[in-house]
Amino acid sequence: MFLEIKDLSVKIENKNILKSLNLNINKGEVHAIMGPNGSGKSTLANVLAGKEDYEILNGRINFKDNDLFDLNIEERAQEGMFLAFQYPVEIPGVNITPFLHSAINSKRKRMNEEEIDNLSFAKLLKSKAMDLGINIDMLKRSVNTGFSGGEKKRYEILQMSILNPDLAILDETDSGLDIDALKIVTDGVNKLKTKDNSFLIITHYQKLLDYIKPDYVHVMVNGSIVKSGGSEIAAEIEKDGFQKFQ
Amino acid sequence: MNSETLNTLDSYSKNKYKYGFVTEIDDEKSKKGLNEDTIKFISLKKNEPNWMLDWRLKAYSKWKKMKEPKWANLSFPEIDYQDIYYYSAPKGFEKKPKDLSEVDPKLIETYNKLGIPLEEQKVLAGVAVDVVFDSVSVATTYKGELEKLGIIFCSIGEAIQKHPDLIKKYLGSVIPPGDHSFSALNSAVFTDGSFVYIPEGVKCPMELSTYFRINAENTGQFERTLIIADKGSYVSYLEGCTAPKRDDNQLHAANVELIALEDAEIKYSTVQNWYPGDEDGKGGIYNFVTKRGLCAGKNSKISWTQVETGSAITWKYPSCILKGDNSIGEFYSVAITNNFQQADTGTKMTHIGKNTKSKIISKGISLGKSQNTYRGEVSFLRKADKARNYTQCDSLLVGNQCGAHTIPYIDSKNNTAVIEHEASTSKINEDQLYYCRQRGLNHEEAVSLIVNGFCKQVLQELPMEFAVEAQKLVSISLEGSVG
Repeated sequence: MFLEIKDLSVKIENKNILKSLNLNINKGEVHAIMGPNGSGKSTLANVLAGKEDYEILNGRINFKDNDLFDLNIEERAQEGMFLAFQYPVEIPGVNITPFLHSAINSKRKRMNEEEIDNLSFAKLLKSKAMDLGINIDMLKRSVNTGFSGGEKKRYEILQMSILNPDLAILDETDSGLDIDALKIVTDGVNKLKTKDNSFLIITHYQKLLDYIKPDYVHVMVNGSIVKSGGSEIAAEIEKDGFQKFQ
Repeated sequence: MNSETLNTLDSYSKNKYKYGFVTEIDDEKSKKGLNEDTIKFISLKKNEPNWMLDWRLKAYSKWKKMKEPKWANLSFPEIDYQDIYYYSAPKGFEKKPKDLSEVDPKLIETYNKLGIPLEEQKVLAGVAVDVVFDSVSVATTYKGELEKLGIIFCSIGEAIQKHPDLIKKYLGSVIPPGDHSFSALNSAVFTDGSFVYIPEGVKCPMELSTYFRINAENTGQFERTLIIADKGSYVSYLEGCTAPKRDDNQLHAANVELIALEDAEIKYSTVQNWYPGDEDGKGGIYNFVTKRGLCAGKNSKISWTQVETGSAITWKYPSCILKGDNSIGEFYSVAITNNFQQADTGTKMTHIGKNTKSKIISKGISLGKSQNTYRGEVSFLRKADKARNYTQCDSLLVGNQCGAHTIPYIDSKNNTAVIEHEASTSKINEDQLYYCRQRGLNHEEAVSLIVNGFCKQVLQELPMEFAVEAQKLVSISLEGSVG
């Protein structure tokens, strides 16, 4: 199994957020998690990425034959987990090029691969940016600083395409995007998809799933997955909302 | 052998001959403490003319009546001035490490991280070496080139011998010996430092650095530097070195004076990385520095850039007196304190002339249990019509046991003056750390990246080759403090 979440219960500040959640993802699969606000979707994304604010009450997660709880945030990232943030944070004064260059090399180091040199990296970054229709001038700016919502999301996808993760988690990547930006972002994701990597797409609206076709759709309500199936579920939600699952 | 080297050798041997009793006096060097004899001894050692000795003795008599300034946000035990050696030319050879294996391995680790060649490491670590590596010949070459342009770049001691008129005119003209107790102390006992004179209309073609100067050793304890930029000239001066220097002296009290005449510009960059003490706050340098520049002429400009990461105590306010109309003063500073370090640093901008402008960008980063204070004074005198100041002070806190303080003074006697002051204090942002780590950077790399970003505005003011090293240095200063 590529990613296996078993019986996961999580709380934050005395509030139980995830309750006995189960989810399995195989290599090459695209999973979508849909659910109303406050159902615990983003918590799941952050628990997977290793954010330290949460208390794990029960359960376990296996990722690529690792007990995920044995790995800290950066080790998980280096093992190939990528989280595209809902609200990417601004880091003033830090240019994307050295930032991503260090990131990719820390991953390569862990995988015992050769580090990539400055020049090759600059070329790689430029070509990926062009693939995604990102203006080269944007690469000269500080990470996320002064970016519009749409720019930030495109920037996340650019980083994802550079780091080429085994498991990409997209946390409400569609929120706040107009239709053009949404298309650029989803095109990027579709280009990255291979039979060797997997996606976990968290979304509130069905719209995103018009552009990225999931193999499985899960409905999350009140901290657990209440229904799983194919893309027909997304259509159901679009029509009737989450009401009937609650 | 070229003439330069011959001259040096020549003067060296003459000195030796003239003062054949040096060895005897050396035996007495174990005498600690400060009195008139100490000063006479220093002056004699340096073969100084009488007027210089008188100057020193006057400063000493002022010092005797003065008390240390106590207003800084610093706490340290009383300095016992009678428990200090004021002259130690051979710097206690018996105390010097014989090779690098006798040096603190942590220091060596830092050198390796900064990519410093082995021979240089020895010099920095104070290992007894007879021949100073390549830079001597480099320096000689440069010196010849500079001389062609009429630029004087030598030790202050040499300048006292060879250029007494310039010394008499300018030494102490910006920082009078009686300014405060540390300037009086320095004036009485200074042993070495640099002297620079750029003649009218000359743009110095290279960055001048103590590093390239012969006799660069022993500039430490009571350094005295004097830089004069004559009309329409330009010079960029680099002080110090990014590598931490081993030093047995606890007390440092340097004085640096800059004078920019009409249309002249001086850019002075410092990286200060003296020994900061250990994780428990033991040891480390007390660094009481006075740096002051005088924009004497119209349209002159003085710019200070400092990266302060070393010393147990830093007390330092590089300042500008904007006397000439339209003159400009700038101060860019990064001060990082870690463990038990204390820094009280900032600047003083005194607007005297019309249309004078000053700009202050200060970035303070506090970690561990350290205290970091920005202290600045911007004043506008009555005739400073339409003068302007812009000040930006940002403090960054890492962890919850450190302190950041901002103490700006503003005093305006002219109602056409424009003053802008921006200040911010923030803690290192957990979301930024999470974001960086999610991309695969470890905690320390993430902190270093964020802090470097925070300092960028200042670091980019440094000359290119310095900037890269300074960035590495910033990262090293943050080590072991986070988690």
